[in-house]
Amino acid sequence: MTNKHKTEWKAVAARVTGILLILTGVLLAARLCVAIPPGDLPIPSIFDPRSTPADALNQHSHFVLAITGLIFVVVFTLLAYAILKFRQTTENADREPAQVYGSTQIELAWTIIPILIVVVLFLAVARVIHAVQDAPKPPTAVEVTAIGHQFWWEFRYPALGVVTANELHVPVSDRVHPTPTFLKLLSADTDHSFWIPQLAGKTDLIPNRVNETWVDPHETGLFLGQCAQYCGTQHAKMLLRVYVDSPEEFAAWVGAQRQPANQDEKESAGRHVFETTACLNCHAVGGTNGTGRFGPDLTHLMSRHTLASGAAENTPENLRLWIENPDAIKPGSLMPGMKLSDADLDALVRYLETLR
Amino acid sequence: MSSDVMAIQSADAAVRSWTEVLHEWVTTVDHKRLGVLYILYALFFLVIGGIEATIIRIQLVRPHNDFVSPQVFNRMFTMHGTTMIFFVAMPILFGFANYLVPLMIGARDMAFPRLNAFSFWLTAFGGMLLYFSFLGGSGLYGAGNAPDVGWWAYAPLASRAFSPGHSSDYWTIALLASGFGSIGTAINIIATILSMRCPGMKLSRMPLLAWLNLVMSGMVLLAITPLSAAQLMLLVDRYLGGHFFDTQAGGSATLWMHFFWIFGHPEVYVLIIPCFAFASEIIPVFSRKPIFGYPVMVGATVCIAFVSMSVWAHHMFTVGMNSYANSFFTITTMAVGVPTGIKIFNWLGTMWGGKIQFRTPMLFCIGFLFQFLIAGLTGIMLASSPFDWQLSGSYFVVAHFHYVIVGGILFALFGAFYYWYPKITGRMLNESLGKLHFWLFLIGFHLTFDLMHIPGLLGMPRRIYTYEPGRGWETLNLIVTIGAFVQGIATLVFVANLVISYFKGAKAGNDPWDAWTLEWSTSSPPPAYNFASIPTVASRRPLWDLKHPEDPDMRYE
Repeated sequence: MTNKHKTEWKAVAARVTGILLILTGVLLAARLCVAIPPGDLPIPSIFDPRSTPADALNQHSHFVLAITGLIFVVVFTLLAYAILKFRQTTENADREPAQVYGSTQIELAWTIIPILIVVVLFLAVARVIHAVQDAPKPPTAVEVTAIGHQFWWEFRYPALGVVTANELHVPVSDRVHPTPTFLKLLSADTDHSFWIPQLAGKTDLIPNRVNETWVDPHETGLFLGQCAQYCGTQHAKMLLRVYVDSPEEFAAWVGAQRQPANQDEKESAGRHVFETTACLNCHAVGGTNGTGRFGPDLTHLMSRHTLASGAAENTPENLRLWIENPDAIKPGSLMPGMKLSDADLDALVRYLETLR
Repeated sequence: MSSDVMAIQSADAAVRSWTEVLHEWVTTVDHKRLGVLYILYALFFLVIGGIEATIIRIQLVRPHNDFVSPQVFNRMFTMHGTTMIFFVAMPILFGFANYLVPLMIGARDMAFPRLNAFSFWLTAFGGMLLYFSFLGGSGLYGAGNAPDVGWWAYAPLASRAFSPGHSSDYWTIALLASGFGSIGTAINIIATILSMRCPGMKLSRMPLLAWLNLVMSGMVLLAITPLSAAQLMLLVDRYLGGHFFDTQAGGSATLWMHFFWIFGHPEVYVLIIPCFAFASEIIPVFSRKPIFGYPVMVGATVCIAFVSMSVWAHHMFTVGMNSYANSFFTITTMAVGVPTGIKIFNWLGTMWGGKIQFRTPMLFCIGFLFQFLIAGLTGIMLASSPFDWQLSGSYFVVAHFHYVIVGGILFALFGAFYYWYPKITGRMLNESLGKLHFWLFLIGFHLTFDLMHIPGLLGMPRRIYTYEPGRGWETLNLIVTIGAFVQGIATLVFVANLVISYFKGAKAGNDPWDAWTLEWSTSSPPPAYNFASIPTVASRRPLWDLKHPEDPDMRYE
């Protein structure tokens, strides 16, 4: 009898080890998938925070993962043990097991322990909610109004007199002289969501509503994100770039953005095309009669690295294609094909190329 | 007795032409036939929803893929979600409830047989209407198209300004119609359970399946009504110049979110509670022990129903609620985890010390237990609002709720199919095909939905028709798509098993699993009147008492 028990136990142990090995394999495979060698651009992982709110969420997520992981291991082991141990065998096939209907003590235990866990988790959560959501705005903060459009981002710096699109520039913030950026979030049409995983959790941009979020990046560089609330046909290519500049770079960028648009007389033909076609219904270029706000402000178009809200690199070829046939880059975007003659198109692209 | 019944039925069948058979099925008010109609209808839409999922996964197999256009992709995920929730999960669960509840409480039919038929055909009409949008969606504007507003149809995307034509109207009216059908069935189930139980079946002796369907039906009444109200308001906005959700005229986008999610979250429990019911019937039979802690199981279910009515805004942690609201919906959501945990522990207690038989229904229930555990734990992560600010709207959420719906609901449903198919058809499902189905589906499921969590952690939002390379998402999406195909093949094995076993399966007999509830006391399939004489029960397991007169349950209850 004892021998039999021993062999049974060995079989059970072997199975448990097998399952654990498979699980480890799966986890390792998952880890390898995550650890794909990074290319030129950073991977927008929520576990790679570069700003206080993202950092708070990251630390909190580790705490939650630890608790849920522990629960998983305990319950998984109990379930696996029960399933492997209490099997029908040739020995017990002919009789029913003891009929047990319940146990008040045990059931009480597995009610109270989860309640305690929930209380602990909730207290931790409440602390983080308060720290992130109710953070005071220091007087040194940079204020930006972000407006979601189908399918691009408008960024206005009211205090600095800057208007730009799709590529947000913010200063790096250090702990001694914090210069966080506070964003007022609005929407011009449908719901959108502002999400830069490495800088902060997401906050929605909802029409008829004013939301707020903030970031204080600790290091310079480019951070990626995109719209995280389904907003229509081209939700997928409503990409978002945040350039974190050193204080000097930021000041220089602001200075350049505040300049009026380039008025190079050499490209007056292209400017004429811009001013006499439907372009100006939607687009603004400072110093021209184009004041449209339906599409991105083009005054300093060439200071941006991408076109069409990050859908394409900002090269002359892409710019020409974008004006001629936007659907080739971003099918379903609200920019219409402009149906210009080749000569007009070339002139217009040359003119836009001067808007640095 | 039961063999006489069979003989009479088969003699009838021999002389009927197929038109007469069709007429009988279309005009039937028999709860068993309506149950089967619900299930077949849902299986049809399961295949359609599955095809839509496959199109989504092919499009996402690599970055910048152009298998379908963004417009088609957006219609696919809208139709996939709407179909799977409203025209697969709801009707299939109502089908099982319809078939099983009267049999398990020893009744001859539902309380309102004609309301039952009306509700089914209303739901069926809703599904047809939704798919008719592919032809008539754009109405006078030109070629048809299906709705593309997502299955939440958030305002103002579903307003006339952003959704011209009629595709959103088909969506709205399809959901209204099927919603009224659901309300009718819910009323029917409640009335049946409260007034049609056989002698001796006190509420405290009802099978858990009946209890849980009672709770589910109560939740349907509370959850579907706000959805229907919101759909009517949306129609008023679109056609009568109302401004409830019209943000361009001062309406509120968040109002729609509140209406939708006060339906949407209880809906998850409307779907999972009947699956808890399947597990609570199947696990005891194949562990050869009664359910552990019956009163606590009932109490926990009622508790889930109450608490889940106060958690809806955890879907809205990113819409800018203040810190108090975020805290409130965090604690209520986490609180649901307690009664849910109790259920998992009680199933564990049922298996503990038992004699587990690894037949296909039990395999699916074991899969359900492990996967529902994981789904619950990722649910705790999402309930924690700061973590949710990162996870919300990402592929992590998509993986989480598919873990609930496929890993939990669908696995338990497959278990229910293998368990009750013999009762419904009189023939066993093939056990080898069943095991093949289980293992293939298990592998496909984990390939797809385990790995799907990770792109969400790496910043991949849901509902995007394409994505940028170089963000660490490519390999994961490739494997996820492969897993989807494995699941598709497993589903084909299942369908083949249903068809082959119907003609060639081993005869089941009245009680193939040596089970304990009343449905196994009558013939398979049961006669139209279910029981020749209404049974009388003295405990929760009447057939145990019958089989073990020396040690009946009634002594211990």
